[in-house]
Amino acid sequence: MTDQTTVAPAAAQPSALSKIREIVFSSPIVFIATAILTVIVLAAIFAPIVSPHDPVRLTPSQRLKPPSEVYWLGTDAFGRDLFSRIVYGGRISLVVGVGAAVFAVIAGLILGLMAGYIRWLDAVLMRMVDGLMAIPNILLAIAIVSLWGAGLWTVLIAITIPEVPRVVRLVRSVVLSAREEPYVEAAIAAGSSTFLIMRRHLLPNTIAPLIIQGTYICASAILVEAILSFLGAGISPETPSWGNIMAEGRIYFQINPGIVLWPGLVVSVAILAINLLGDAVRDALDPRMAKRGIDR
Amino acid sequence: MINYIIQRILAAIPVMGFVALFVFLMLRLTPGDPAAIIAGDTATPEQLERIRDALGLNDPLHVQFITWIGNLLQGDFGTSVISGKPVIELIEARMEPTISLALTTITLSVLIAVPLGVIAAWKHGTLIDRFVMLLSVLGFSIPVFVIGYLMISFFAMQLGWFPVQGFRPIGDGLGEFLHRIALPTFTLTLLYIALIARITRTSMLEILGDDYIRTARAKGLPEARVLTRHALRNCSVPIITVIGIGFALIISGVVVTESVFNLPGLGRLTVDAVLARDYPVIQAVILLASLIYVVVNLLIDIAYVLLDPRIRYS
Repeated sequence: MTDQTTVAPAAAQPSALSKIREIVFSSPIVFIATAILTVIVLAAIFAPIVSPHDPVRLTPSQRLKPPSEVYWLGTDAFGRDLFSRIVYGGRISLVVGVGAAVFAVIAGLILGLMAGYIRWLDAVLMRMVDGLMAIPNILLAIAIVSLWGAGLWTVLIAITIPEVPRVVRLVRSVVLSAREEPYVEAAIAAGSSTFLIMRRHLLPNTIAPLIIQGTYICASAILVEAILSFLGAGISPETPSWGNIMAEGRIYFQINPGIVLWPGLVVSVAILAINLLGDAVRDALDPRMAKRGIDR
Repeated sequence: MINYIIQRILAAIPVMGFVALFVFLMLRLTPGDPAAIIAGDTATPEQLERIRDALGLNDPLHVQFITWIGNLLQGDFGTSVISGKPVIELIEARMEPTISLALTTITLSVLIAVPLGVIAAWKHGTLIDRFVMLLSVLGFSIPVFVIGYLMISFFAMQLGWFPVQGFRPIGDGLGEFLHRIALPTFTLTLLYIALIARITRTSMLEILGDDYIRTARAKGLPEARVLTRHALRNCSVPIITVIGIGFALIISGVVVTESVFNLPGLGRLTVDAVLARDYPVIQAVILLASLIYVVVNLLIDIAYVLLDPRIRYS
């Protein structure tokens, strides 16, 4: 038992690395997307080094300046450097994107395994999933934020909850088809416990679809965070995020459209890159799914 | 078939019930005093008491829920905490721009996306196909409000073809109405085109490989007839399904688009309610949006039987 669990990941590691290499180099577009994402992630991590100015320092004399050698993308209505704010804004977006993907996948995995394997729970859980899916995600998220106040955690939870039902459905459908397989029947006949069957036989089947779904959730979470901030229901503007930079720039759009359009470009490119990468991962991990074009 | 329809309607009830329960518990289970959350920091004790009274927060939880559901079923969605008006009146006053935008968007998207998807599948692997796929990835990646501001910047500010913002009801004349709703519609359409074109292409690709398509071609039918009569007709179920699922997407999109173009619709009402923490309004909009979603999808389920005689239900 113990030596099995230690041996398995060690054997899987080189193949995982080569799989990643295979995905990244699968096409020039995917390679460019990976490169762009790497730049964005590194810029966000090393934001204090990368950004030429303090993103929150107010310089009233430098309000709404056009791009120059000092302020590469110009300044906003408070004289803050737009470029530095966008670099720092990446931190929020990436934390929200990755956080929502991880939390939604974990929650969806647990609920989905339960729904797929424990029959009496299935009906109840699936009605709940249907109900949650009927609520438009932006409305649900702004309702949660308006009740709980706009902190990073609230925004993260508000974005994660609407993503969970889709993961539950995905995991459930994988489990439902896997449990008809002879090896699962054999395990049941051999008297394996429910927990062991889930962990040993059902869980591995869900990994590939979950990685794929996770990348799409990440992209969608960054999008929703930007929308929430833009509507004024996101993280407060003292902490720059791509969405709230744009929200603050709205009233000055006719004077300096760059305040809205530059972060808009960055957020679009980031989401596009993640989506393209997600498609590439899907093509590599699950060619059948790619052929059927099932996603999202 | 009647049995099937009744069965579907009955199945929709627990779904709506869960939505109602969720919306109900969301406010009640929020840590702290819900009345204080709604009223904000500057509220006086009288204001708090008025809100508690209006929301029935002084009763036990199950009594609150039963009263609340009872009121909902009678069309009483509560009173706005800010304006003191019945929520249902506020919603009625803001329906028109939202419904207009949703309908123009769906119509335009279907008119563009279905032919695009058909052509992409027909010319599979060519430049046209790649272009459609690129368009669809773009549609999923660019936030609606970024598209909106690009539209404003180009078509309204530079070219001056359309007004920057505003809404005219259709009663003021079709021309005025279309002129003002054009940019918001174009903005929201891209996302929806992405969704519909993608599913049309996928299902067409699958069907174009079927034997009966080869037979149709072999007996010398014109290609256009093969594509529309034989192939597209059999794609109607997945396409209509995705239009239904996309309905939730459209409601979310409308909220954002109305905000960008300053349309006085339900989206603006919601955003204003969020900023003012007017929870009864938010709650009513969520319930209404979910109800519309459930009803649309119910109608679509029923439409399957009519569209595709191969599908039989017991």
